Amino acid sequence: MKGLKALIVVAALLAGLSAPAHAILTIEITQGVEGGLPIAVVPFGSSAKALPPQDIGAVVAADLARSGRFTPLEAKDFVSRPTEDRQVVFKDWRIAKAEALVIGAVKPAGSGQWQVEFRLYDVFKEKQLAGYSYTVASDRLRAVAHQISDLVYEKLTGEPGVFSTRVAYITREKARRGFTYKLQVADADGYNPVTVLSSSEPLMSPAWSPDGTRLAYVSFETRRPVLYMQNIVSGARTKVAEFNGINSAPAWSPDGTRLALTLSRDGNPEIYVLKLADKVLTRLTTHPAIDTEPAWSPDGRELVFTSDRGGKPQIYRIQADGGSAERVTFEGEYNARASYAPDGRTLTLISGRGGRYHAALLHLSTAVLQTLTDTPLDESPSFAPNGRLILYATERAGRGVLASVSADGRVRQLLKLQEGDVREPAWSPFNRSTP
Amino acid sequence: MHHKLLLSLIAVAALSLGACATTKTETPEIDDQSVGAEAAGAGTEGAAEGQALDAGGDLLSKRRVNFEYDSSAIDDAGRAIVEAHAAYLVNNKNIRVVLEGHADERGTREYNLALGERRAQSVERMFKLLGVSADRIKTVSYGEEKPIAMDHDQSAWALNRRVEILY
Repeated sequence: MKGLKALIVVAALLAGLSAPAHAILTIEITQGVEGGLPIAVVPFGSSAKALPPQDIGAVVAADLARSGRFTPLEAKDFVSRPTEDRQVVFKDWRIAKAEALVIGAVKPAGSGQWQVEFRLYDVFKEKQLAGYSYTVASDRLRAVAHQISDLVYEKLTGEPGVFSTRVAYITREKARRGFTYKLQVADADGYNPVTVLSSSEPLMSPAWSPDGTRLAYVSFETRRPVLYMQNIVSGARTKVAEFNGINSAPAWSPDGTRLALTLSRDGNPEIYVLKLADKVLTRLTTHPAIDTEPAWSPDGRELVFTSDRGGKPQIYRIQADGGSAERVTFEGEYNARASYAPDGRTLTLISGRGGRYHAALLHLSTAVLQTLTDTPLDESPSFAPNGRLILYATERAGRGVLASVSADGRVRQLLKLQEGDVREPAWSPFNRSTP
Repeated sequence: MHHKLLLSLIAVAALSLGACATTKTETPEIDDQSVGAEAAGAGTEGAAEGQALDAGGDLLSKRRVNFEYDSSAIDDAGRAIVEAHAAYLVNNKNIRVVLEGHADERGTREYNLALGERRAQSVERMFKLLGVSADRIKTVSYGEEKPIAMDHDQSAWALNRRVEILY
């Protein structure tokens, strides 16, 4: 056997390392939508003596535009630029055809802190819909901007926004020898990427704990697929499963107490559930075929998984305490890697036919399978925590990129790195600290 | 698919009986573990017809068994390679072998991880039938994580669907 090369695996603390600038995911809206709600986000006021390090208004406007549900008006068309309540003249905004208005100001609050104020108005009712003040350090200004975006989104659409959430993903870059693989976590808009783990061997299948503090993933750092769990705040990690064969496909139960996973320790891949408190392992499937890619229903009562027990990979459903599996997909020759929408009514999955693999939606009540993309090499689709978007990996010009599509198929975006490949996106749960 | 695999395994089992009988003769231990490693295309350049080449040695230079899409069945070309390595391993009992299963990039990553394992196990089964003891064989799957051809087309995918015989 050839000599084993030394493997360098570094677990980085979240607070510490951040990726170089070229490693930031940039977002390009590839298909917008007509008829988004026209909204005016006035540049936030600031004092000339102390300019805040973030343009809060610009971050909010970009967030809202990316959602596809708003059309922010061009700031150059604004007749007035109010930064305080008493300066607002609603007539100006009716003429500009804005239906909603966001104003605000950022002021130094001493000892490196900033005070951010913002107000949201209904232009036609001439009424304030929301108003908040935050005092934060410089490095939290961008997070405050996302919180403001979430509040605006929720007030105007009635649904929670996902601007304060994060996305975990795997990158692959050419190294001097072979490749460097990284597990990274970035804000939902691609900013602030942090490397959670870096390895010269492949990394796979990041999965968020429901409280957003931990990631489970597969690492080949010992030259075989081993399952780990890592606290992304402290960087501390633990080995979850290192049996013979495959240890992979982690999926947290909605209550965070159990982890579904795939083990082939008995000869072929089966679905297991690991109780995290006492490490008790329960085998859910018993079939000589491939069983893998478990995903929990939002109520935690059942799981779907991929199995080729019928000859080709299809989606099956099983109760969380075991029993017999029931086939869910019948249309198409290849259906795999399903996960539930937050409301439990649809699954997003990869559907293959004629050698092309598309992200798709399966409506569970009608069994209608709806293809969402026209790209042939899609992988790893999952819902945003509010169910409005599906994020997946695909290939563009020979490189791995991420893409998102709104659940209604109307808004599309591409998220890519300047160099290297990015894949296996996993959207974090809601940020619980958001007011 | 499963029937085809079963049939080919029976065929291999039958063949292996013959193979074992003829390869029982003691051969000196070969210390050179680089036998044929990466020597792809050996003897093709201007190779005149009738050049004496040891058939077994030629096959030993091939360390990759390729597969059809979503299949772990070993075809005739693959079987010849596996048989040559099995014969070598039977005669060199101190050597341990790692069978690394891989898949092409199409379809999902976790399913492909399982598919890579199934391919490695399929070569492992053939090795065992041919007399290589189980405790000398290790299988590992990398799924679609370690392609050798980076393009996104049929010829790259054909190369990437493979089991690597490493020792």
